[in-house]
Amino acid sequence: MTAMPATMRLVGRDVPRVEDAALIRGRGRFVDDIAPPGLLHAAFLRSPHAHAAIAHIDTEAARALPGVHAVFTLDDLAPHLNDTRLVVALPSPAYRQELHRPVLAQTEVVHVGEAVAVVIAESRHLAEDAAALVEVEYDPLPPVADCVAALEPDAPTAHRDASSNLAAELVLEYGAVDAVFATAPHRFAEHLSIHRGGSHSMECRGVVARPDPLEDRLTVWSSTQTPHTAHRLLCDLLGLDERAIRVITPDVGGGFGPKLIFYPEEVVVTLAARLLGRPVKWIEDRGEHFVATTQERDQSWDVELATDGEGRILGLRGTLVHDHGAWTARGVNIPQGAVSAMPLPYVVPAFRMAMKVAVTNKVPTTPVRGAGQPQGVFAMERLLDRAARGLGIDRGEIRRRNLVPGERMPYATPLKTRGGMQVVLDSGDYPRCQAMALEGADWAGFPERQRAARAQGRYLGIGVANYVEGTGRGPFEHVSVRIEPSGRIVVATGAAAMGQSTHTMLAQLVAEQLGGDMSRVQVIAGDTAAAPMGIGGSNSRQAVLAGSSAHVAATRVREKVLHVAATMLEAAEGDLEIEGDAVQVKGVPEMKVTLAAVARAVAGTPGFAIPGGRGPGLAASEEVVIDAMAYANGTAVAEVEVDAETGGVTINNLVFAHDCGNALHPRIVDGQLMGGIAHGIGNALFEHMRYDEEAQPTSTTLADYLLVTATEMPPVRILHMHSPTPLNPLGIKGVGEAGVIPVPAAIASAIEDALSPFGVRIAQVPLSPVDLLALIDPQASGSAA
Amino acid sequence: MTARRIALTVNGARHEAETPVRQHLADFLRGTLGLTGTHLGCEHGVCGACTVLLDGRAVRACLILAVQAEGRSVTTVEGLAPDNGPLHPLQAAFCANHGLQCGFCTPGMLTTLAEFLKDSPDPTEEEVRVAISGNLCRCTGYDSIVAATMEAARALREARA
Repeated sequence: MTAMPATMRLVGRDVPRVEDAALIRGRGRFVDDIAPPGLLHAAFLRSPHAHAAIAHIDTEAARALPGVHAVFTLDDLAPHLNDTRLVVALPSPAYRQELHRPVLAQTEVVHVGEAVAVVIAESRHLAEDAAALVEVEYDPLPPVADCVAALEPDAPTAHRDASSNLAAELVLEYGAVDAVFATAPHRFAEHLSIHRGGSHSMECRGVVARPDPLEDRLTVWSSTQTPHTAHRLLCDLLGLDERAIRVITPDVGGGFGPKLIFYPEEVVVTLAARLLGRPVKWIEDRGEHFVATTQERDQSWDVELATDGEGRILGLRGTLVHDHGAWTARGVNIPQGAVSAMPLPYVVPAFRMAMKVAVTNKVPTTPVRGAGQPQGVFAMERLLDRAARGLGIDRGEIRRRNLVPGERMPYATPLKTRGGMQVVLDSGDYPRCQAMALEGADWAGFPERQRAARAQGRYLGIGVANYVEGTGRGPFEHVSVRIEPSGRIVVATGAAAMGQSTHTMLAQLVAEQLGGDMSRVQVIAGDTAAAPMGIGGSNSRQAVLAGSSAHVAATRVREKVLHVAATMLEAAEGDLEIEGDAVQVKGVPEMKVTLAAVARAVAGTPGFAIPGGRGPGLAASEEVVIDAMAYANGTAVAEVEVDAETGGVTINNLVFAHDCGNALHPRIVDGQLMGGIAHGIGNALFEHMRYDEEAQPTSTTLADYLLVTATEMPPVRILHMHSPTPLNPLGIKGVGEAGVIPVPAAIASAIEDALSPFGVRIAQVPLSPVDLLALIDPQASGSAA
Repeated sequence: MTARRIALTVNGARHEAETPVRQHLADFLRGTLGLTGTHLGCEHGVCGACTVLLDGRAVRACLILAVQAEGRSVTTVEGLAPDNGPLHPLQAAFCANHGLQCGFCTPGMLTTLAEFLKDSPDPTEEEVRVAISGNLCRCTGYDSIVAATMEAARALREARA
């Protein structure tokens, strides 16, 4: 199944993961496991109001509590900060107002959970006790709870001094879309409400900061996906030079997007440690995670598809309102990613989507695994189902007619990325991938299954959805490879691991070139002291970017090892191979020199020439630059049964056919996909971050916010295609987010199909049983009539 | 703040320590004893990450107080296999089947399943799913955990035979 060259002994194979040895015995080191001597604990006081002015903060009683070391408000911290705001917005001309969030709220709170003060105490218990003694006088202001209502002319503003709730607006378009619609023989319009919740990594966020007076340096462990970004922001905010702060990402218990954001707690805890001269820890609890960690939430879409009589797409247009939350914690990339994902798998001659980004009094929104793409795919696939039904064409067939054909690859689309680069679909055969999925799910045999079930009063449905995903967002990731005088191989990278087997991936690629023994490779990921630069984990990018840099760096080190060893062994380079800890003459393993000896030979001896004549050391550092994204693709087919009495949905079967180019580690690829698929099922049926009309969150525990458990998982079959991308030396495309992207759309399509006798049209996710009952019988709406 | 001295057995070793009476068992294990293998994912009893065995029975260490463990025997993930000794068959099977990614839910999965396989040495896949339906995992989609458990159950039966 693997499409890597058969000569590779590690890459492309299911080698044991290097992460497992510690994790399986409970010896991992997550941020909450770090407890330096003298540790103090932080608790944040958070706003109970969605929107209120802060009239007064009284911290006296809190400060007086025994065991409390400090209580800080922004007034206390501001003199030690270069800026009291977190300026983190990605560049875009779309912004209509600046919404940089404050380090702590000072005069106004704009969402429930916004941090107002921090208490530092001997224990977390005491810190929370003291936080409860901080008296904040709030004057409640009208909250903005809904992103569509937020843009009404008479809406209150989410920030009292703002002139509107329009955070940003942008249009993505090409072709003469209105002219196309004016003459199109068929038009299909739809209004869609699409909701995605949060990431809910099993580990919440956390940060430990330790001042080191001997080295005059702060070490900060943060459960961040982007340690180098955190490092830069901490240096900027605290006015310290780069060497004075070291940021380390320890073991991370899942990221899924929101941990790539820089948060107020990271700077507050670091500054508190600096001011108090003591290590300080803050660990987010799940209750805080619901109100302080970013989410994706609500989008409202109005979209329209124009086709000819055969179902060929002529044009696509519409509008989208996106819930931005109260601050710009990342940018406009969720709606942008959503809209960009719409046309990608298909030939769409004319396109215009106008996006409005609305400020609300809720937690800021930033990418969660999939980053808007599940929403865009949902919108596109709903429209194609509409068109199929309207034109009497099979849903698989209408897609086949519109998918970008394999023979047109590489296919230059008129779309541009957020960085302004042209979107070129680099490789793949989308129609063949869809055909694999349909065949794997016995699409052709489904009508008979459906008829048989209906004869028994059961409602079966089948649905299909395609996606194309831009993966491996550039421009680069740093990786260095060094053979130490001990013979050990050290790999350091700006990539950050949060559970996706990054260490294994890099060890595999480097060991492949340097002896084949992964146990000799030590990978340091996510440590700003070990890697001078880095971008980190997001956008299904780390195997593509860090993997490519690791491969090239290891190949360069290999060449030097062989060259120096050839001099030492008086043999031809071409006759040598690296095996385990030594370089040997092929077929004459007793003629060898260890990697340690080669490393020592080029470590330099005063007054003597370096053997080999290629300079000292066995090391290479790479930042392979890849600007263009590698486009992965796939098709999901879901078969469901809906209980028309209860609204309960059972997924009987799910087939996922995909193409991520070459697979570095097939089992890890499957694992990434399965996790994404489970997340997609959650987005389709379970996960709902609810707020009431006052913008008070009502999903605040994992008993309200339902994550998929083992008993909800259907039988899943994953089918693989391998179309290597020409864009990187490994021919790989990212796979960390793929699983989630088409699953809500496929399940919605299947539910609509199952409920077609009731005339149900699915135009929203998630779909709870209550939602479905209301659609099945709008009058009864779940009553016992 | 009230504190009390408690004595208990953890992973076969006897410990005596002082604990605030309001401290839950997970914080006691992690903070007081330094056994950080037990993880906290929600502290309201839903996610199952903090599951430990109390006198052989799986409990959520976030939902019982440390003082309630007085005189009792606790097994955490660190106690499933001897230090540097061979892995418990469940642990070996998790590694062999990619049953863990980030590893945060893993300790609770392992302790839950260790109890389950004692009671149900020859389970169906469906029974395994029900057994871990109180343990949340955001990474794996669970299939690899179910496969690992079936493999471990086989290994344990063979070892007993």
